[in-house]
Amino acid sequence: MGFMATPETYLLAIGTKKGLWLATSRDRQQWSFSGPHFLMSEIPSIGIDTRDGRTRIMVGVRSEHWGPTVAHSDDLGATWTEPEQGAIKFPEGTEAAVERIWQIHPDADSRPGVVWAGAEPISVWKSTDGGEHFELNRGLWDHPHRSEWGAGYGGAAAHSIVVNPSGDNVHVAMSTGGVYRSLDGGTSWEPRNRGISAYFMPDPNPEFGQCVHKIAADAAVEGRLYAQNHHGVYRSDDNGESWQSIAEGLPADFGFVMLTHPRRAGTAWVVPLKADGERIPPEGKLAVHRTDDAGGTWKRLDAGLPQSEYNAVLRDAASVDSAEPAGVYFGTRGGAVYASADEGETFAEVASHLPDVLCVRAAVVADGRVAAPVSA
Amino acid sequence: MAEISVVLPSVLQPLAGGQSLLTAPADGTVTVGWLLDAVTGDYPVLARRLRDETGALRRYVNIYVNGDEVRRLRGLETEVAAGQEVLIIQSVAGG
Repeated sequence: MGFMATPETYLLAIGTKKGLWLATSRDRQQWSFSGPHFLMSEIPSIGIDTRDGRTRIMVGVRSEHWGPTVAHSDDLGATWTEPEQGAIKFPEGTEAAVERIWQIHPDADSRPGVVWAGAEPISVWKSTDGGEHFELNRGLWDHPHRSEWGAGYGGAAAHSIVVNPSGDNVHVAMSTGGVYRSLDGGTSWEPRNRGISAYFMPDPNPEFGQCVHKIAADAAVEGRLYAQNHHGVYRSDDNGESWQSIAEGLPADFGFVMLTHPRRAGTAWVVPLKADGERIPPEGKLAVHRTDDAGGTWKRLDAGLPQSEYNAVLRDAASVDSAEPAGVYFGTRGGAVYASADEGETFAEVASHLPDVLCVRAAVVADGRVAAPVSA
Repeated sequence: MAEISVVLPSVLQPLAGGQSLLTAPADGTVTVGWLLDAVTGDYPVLARRLRDETGALRRYVNIYVNGDEVRRLRGLETEVAAGQEVLIIQSVAGG
């Protein structure tokens, strides 16, 4: 049985420790699921590319036995294609091998076909053919700081890639290493961490070495960025030159998620966790927090969320869609996925008891059919 | 010319056109690394499942020559001769 998509079809992709689930909905209330795709492989990264009049789902796949790869589907998961020679692999001479693909990020509408990827070991990649083949960014790979970048608990990776509308201005965040900025489209890179704390280092304010967990760009204010740090929530108004704390008003400044609105200036979401040493929602109560004034104030959002929750929400296990009002989605390491069709005011559980949720992505799609739904 | 056969686990057989056995012609002895190159030449996705882009055997892929795992021998430099059995088996890993 197939499901005919309409212009109002929403696509939700859930990458877990043991496979990928896809869901579609016409109203963001009732969801039809297919999956697991790639059973027994982890899916740490998903990119949904709706440019060029088609919907391409790209996934980073990693088998504990058979290694990492990138696959894509142009029919909402009915069939998957893996480029024969591999989409991402280190060139000869680097003596490196891809361990895990942490990020797949379709670029702006104005640059169709361009897709960025972040990987472990710490590396950034760029595709110009819709994610079928990626080239290693040599400027970052050959950076003199690279030998000093470290590994966070989950591995050493470039996990956030933010490209401004012109395409010249690229910010990357890595754990650990912090934020690096390129002003020439990715040719050269400089650290931009002034104001971001690295309390775990001998000098708590180093030029680089921070464990920035996620960065996101403001939808409408050029040069404004938000960061969820390993303790610390920050905003930059000067393209990353300096960062100021916006943690006041949050129950905790630890966490992994940083989401920004698809269009509206000043709106961002975080999912606080208590602390580095206690990676649970504060008081065991799960809540999303949203700011509508660029971090000046925060609103606690927990309607529809469980009263008790002791699982963390990982950095890429959250997403917004591009609808109006924007949808907000996230999943927990306990395998629950929540969706809000009203920017976080109310949530509903759309899946439960899945494997650990590693990545969630949502989009409004206008084409295609989804594979035969099965219950998740 | 004599041949050396490599037995694939069922989970990898779809990447080799459904075959459970891949063979390479070999006179005398060859190394396991050479043998993998030879039998996966037409199956690049299969090749990547076994070895990473540096050529290293993936951590949880085990290759047995006459019952011995090659990491206990000479790794990919382990020599194998026609008539010997080469098995690829995924190790017990994961949870």
